[in-house]
Amino acid sequence: MTQIELQTGAAAEDEAAIAEARRTDPGRIRALAARIAVPVVAFGAFIALWQWYVVAYQVPRYILPAPTEVAATMVGDWPILSSALAVTLTITFAALAAALVGGVALAILFIQSRWLELAFYPYAVVLQVTPIVAIAPLIIIYAPSTESVLLICAFIVAFFPILSNMTQGLKSTDHNLLNLFELYGASRWQSLWHLRIPASLPYFATGLRIGGGLALIGSVVAEFAAGSAGAQSGLAFRILEAGRRLNVPRLFAALILITLTGLAIFALTSLVSHLLLRRWHESAIRREN
Amino acid sequence: MDAADLTMPGDSAAADGRVLVSLDGVSKRFANGTLALSAMSLDIREGEFVSLLGPSGCGKSTALRLIAGLGAPSAGTIRWPGAREGTRGATEGEVGFVFQEPTLMPWATVFKNVWLPLRLKGLSRTAARDRVMEALAMVGLDRFADAYPRELSGGMKMRVSIARALVTRPKLLLMDEPFAALDEITRIKLNDDLLRLWQGQNWTIVFVTHSVFESVYLSSRIVVMAARPGRVIEEVAVDVPYPRGNEYRMSTPYNEHCRTVSDALMRAIMVAAEQR
Repeated sequence: MTQIELQTGAAAEDEAAIAEARRTDPGRIRALAARIAVPVVAFGAFIALWQWYVVAYQVPRYILPAPTEVAATMVGDWPILSSALAVTLTITFAALAAALVGGVALAILFIQSRWLELAFYPYAVVLQVTPIVAIAPLIIIYAPSTESVLLICAFIVAFFPILSNMTQGLKSTDHNLLNLFELYGASRWQSLWHLRIPASLPYFATGLRIGGGLALIGSVVAEFAAGSAGAQSGLAFRILEAGRRLNVPRLFAALILITLTGLAIFALTSLVSHLLLRRWHESAIRREN
Repeated sequence: MDAADLTMPGDSAAADGRVLVSLDGVSKRFANGTLALSAMSLDIREGEFVSLLGPSGCGKSTALRLIAGLGAPSAGTIRWPGAREGTRGATEGEVGFVFQEPTLMPWATVFKNVWLPLRLKGLSRTAARDRVMEALAMVGLDRFADAYPRELSGGMKMRVSIARALVTRPKLLLMDEPFAALDEITRIKLNDDLLRLWQGQNWTIVFVTHSVFESVYLSSRIVVMAARPGRVIEEVAVDVPYPRGNEYRMSTPYNEHCRTVSDALMRAIMVAAEQR
């Protein structure tokens, strides 16, 4: 976006310049098309090579299934896989939601009171640095159901980056702006709502993107650690099970679903972050020079 | 040395006005022990344009912040004769502050930034609309209400900052080196705009600067300050009538005042150096 210098009397030109800078030009659309087309073509070539290799060298399906076979398994096993996907998605998003609410709320409490931060921040750090797989057995003993074990594990993993980013963001408010709010007699609540929270949005967006990915990792790792069976099985359990039975096509299919879930979460959190920041933050604005 | 003894009776054009704010032996010591301001006494009268001029560390910004009510003096008193007492002393609604940086909220449009002081007082967008647009019109930015700060140049951002300070219709406008970061051409233009606005309204301005030329051009009175500890060394009245324009910049009185003020500033720097 161009820098505009004010000359009184030339204000109309400046407005035109702002409109110009905001318009999407055809060059950018072409660049965007290339950004999509190149990776798609490369991916297609990779799949074709894989298929050719499996067929040409007659690789057994329990070692490396052909892409077509993985696709067939995806369709044939869809009832099992879809219910596992639903479980994983539910756990992941419930944990992410809880981590968002908890992380943001605790961060707000922390900046209201230094004492609270001193008292509770160490526990947040301890939860973060202790590997979740090591805590899982303990959680299994205390939690009422397998589902709640997964939920707690995924929550613990996703919670910390949101808390620490949000705390950092709330503290990084421009000091002059804080003075300005004080000068105009803003209440604590007004400073929080009109200043600290908007100023921390870039940090929140970072926490969200990291936390989103970690929530999925947390729910998968927790399922490896906790195990589960029957209708409550998520994708991770299906992968373990398929591995034990050497049902490699299903293993691939489940793995693909997990990857797609991760990509979808990444896309979703990136979209949210873009929507929050697109009009004003440096990270979301394209510059030409 | 007592700074109050050096205070000359103000005999500038606007000196007959009522005292708006009065600093009496005001000192400020920071938590780390630095004495930022030592026994400063100063009366600001209605309608004056007072500049606080001095090297870095002379306490000019500290003095300005104390007047604004940002932090309390360690010693001495700041009085507001005739002002109603608000919850935060007498400054509420009476003072506008312009920082060295534009200090705008980057996530809010120009309109929302200027609306802020009124919004914090509970005025809705519709209720504040006319006053916000009026303030923007004063600084010539009424057509940019929907722009975001980052779409504006440095000079335009500063104008938004000034509009925000004006929107509450303050009696006293405090400006902390507002144009220091701008280029010469933009600064000259904003200086002229500021004088025009000041003359058009019934304002008082306290202006912090480290530029001799800027202070002589703008002010009716210049308070020269020295560093370590920050204190008032001298006051210089600039008794050249307003309006002042480009001819004034080229005139002999302007040059003479610049020399007087430069000498005073040199003395201030010498005094501080002797005491190190």
